[in-house]
Amino acid sequence: MVTEVVKALSTYQSAFRELKQTKPSVAWVELMRESAMDRFESLGIPTVADEEWKYTNLATLAKEDFQLATQPSDLKRADVERFGFPETAGSQLVVVNGQFREDLSQREKLDGVVAIDLFTAVADARFSKLARNYLARNANYHDKAMTALNTAFLQSGVFVLIPKNVKVEAPIHLTFIADPSVPKSASFPRVLVVAEENSSAHLIESFVANEEGEYFTNAVVEIVVEDGARLEHSRLQQESHQAFHIATSSVELGRASSYNSTAINLGARLARHDISVVMDHEGAECWVDGLYVVGENQHSDTHSVIDHKQPFCNSRQLYKGILDGNGRAVFNGKVFVREGAQKTDALQTNKNLLLSPQARVDTKPQLEIYADDVKCAHGAAVGQLDQDQLFYLETRGINPELGKNLLTYGFAEEVIEKIGVASIRAELDNAVLKQLHANLEE
Amino acid sequence: MLEIRNLHASIDGKEILRGINLTVKKGEVHAIMGPNGSGKSTLAKVIAGHPDYEVTAGEVLFEGRNLLEMAPDERAREGVFMAFQYPIEVPGVSNAQFLRLAYNEKQKHHGLEELDPLEFKDLLKERAKVVEMEASFMTRSVNEGFSGGEKKRNEILQMAVLEPKLAVLDETDSGLDIDALRVVAGGVNQLQGPENAIIVVTHYQRLLNYIVPDFVHVLANGRIAREGGKELALELEEKGYDWIKAEQQESGAGAPAN
Repeated sequence: MVTEVVKALSTYQSAFRELKQTKPSVAWVELMRESAMDRFESLGIPTVADEEWKYTNLATLAKEDFQLATQPSDLKRADVERFGFPETAGSQLVVVNGQFREDLSQREKLDGVVAIDLFTAVADARFSKLARNYLARNANYHDKAMTALNTAFLQSGVFVLIPKNVKVEAPIHLTFIADPSVPKSASFPRVLVVAEENSSAHLIESFVANEEGEYFTNAVVEIVVEDGARLEHSRLQQESHQAFHIATSSVELGRASSYNSTAINLGARLARHDISVVMDHEGAECWVDGLYVVGENQHSDTHSVIDHKQPFCNSRQLYKGILDGNGRAVFNGKVFVREGAQKTDALQTNKNLLLSPQARVDTKPQLEIYADDVKCAHGAAVGQLDQDQLFYLETRGINPELGKNLLTYGFAEEVIEKIGVASIRAELDNAVLKQLHANLEE
Repeated sequence: MLEIRNLHASIDGKEILRGINLTVKKGEVHAIMGPNGSGKSTLAKVIAGHPDYEVTAGEVLFEGRNLLEMAPDERAREGVFMAFQYPIEVPGVSNAQFLRLAYNEKQKHHGLEELDPLEFKDLLKERAKVVEMEASFMTRSVNEGFSGGEKKRNEILQMAVLEPKLAVLDETDSGLDIDALRVVAGGVNQLQGPENAIIVVTHYQRLLNYIVPDFVHVLANGRIAREGGKELALELEEKGYDWIKAEQQESGAGAPAN
């Protein structure tokens, strides 16, 4: 076991040395990557002995010899059309194996928005100050090994800047395509989004596979929502069912800003999503919602942190899980209300639907309050389909199998219906049903 | 259409129905009345096929077929409908979606044409007039956030869409104000015809002012204690149920059957 971890480490170490040669960057980025690699080397891939990874075992990931995806993918625009949505035609930014692909991206509907390769942005005088200020500020690589690994391999990714007062109509669709030309490749997508004062936008991230395969995605997305800005964020994880998906979303909210996130986790053999929202300015509000669906041989883990550091901030969180077969899921939601964060209004709910006796969920909502004038509540539920509802459907001529599917669909719908793009909702409805081998039309 | 013979049913080992006999022909409206706990709702649920109730003796024939051998969904597709006393909320599933699915399942079962969402929308719009329901109810989740009256109207809307041969209305009047009662009853009357039959289960005579029954059956202690025409309902309204119970005890009919 120890030797396996060492092997994984040395694979990444040699890839890192090569990267420094082939993709040199400006001094501060070089330093950041070096320091991140150092941290990864000392932290190592987390094990179940780590409280944060208690229920998610990365032993298989550590053992597999994933290689940094370096072969350029030969995907053409026509190949990636299927990963777009009618509503995002002209506003799609494509990343293949972690590499931003200008040639596959479309920006016609993104006038007034900066959307470029992050690796270019860090060295561009117009953006380097902003990038330096925000990059690796919220996604902490000092304590988190997987974030450190992503940071060490910073070599592309996307930089999105929504300038002050700009209201972006078209959803900004970041499409992360895994196209492993060689099996067992690893990619490290990295994104920095800055929504400046009073801007508003809808950011969509979708993680998809060009074909089924065993690969490893380690993504880090950092989002800064400045004063008075509004950001809607839809995250769709539909990786190959043989893939490992480990991702971090780190969000920082400015004064009176608003952040509305919906994270849908359907794919991957093992998925882990860490989402954190820091509210260090008064009057911010956030919705941090999600849905995870796991079937046979799938594992999905969500860790969230909502950090109320200042007064008058609201947070709402609803995560729902559907578990079938021997699927497993983990929900760990921390809400901190720091000293002085008076008038905080925080609500956290996690609901799980178990469709099979072999399915298992470990849920742990946590509320830590250090202020005295606050309104906070949290709860978790694990249950099966409601027999009264099922009987009701049956008395209307709907057979039990179809009734179960309809109820399961209804359970998911509360989260899916939040997404403000009709074709995404429709696709997700289908994807959820497909995952459950269910069909409403028969 | 419906033939119930010596029906005994229990829940959790407790016998509720103790030998019900009832014959319903098409075109008829029957009222089942009785005090609380007399078994009225149990009878409705047994007809619908509720899994919590066990039929221990007797038989139920629907159009000559053994209804008790049919699963609840099959009964529904064959034309049996129960309007729930407490309609169930189904979050995340829109009324229109639910109704179309139910409608198409029935159509398919009978080898008839299924409707796509647009075609169904027209049908739904037409049927919704029966209970004066607005279009906004169709896009809302089934019964979720509906008032008591809206839920009952939604039950009758389902009846209007599914056009059952036999409709059992389980205390459809409970919790309704007078205006809602009029709308719901008016809806039921529009749906009643020579080819179908309706069983109205109710505690009060009030609903029967609007849905006029051909026959009234009074249940007490799981048996039919008295039968008559619509005037029996008026008599009950005036005198209450105690005299029926007293009468039943005198005749010894209330004693548990072995």
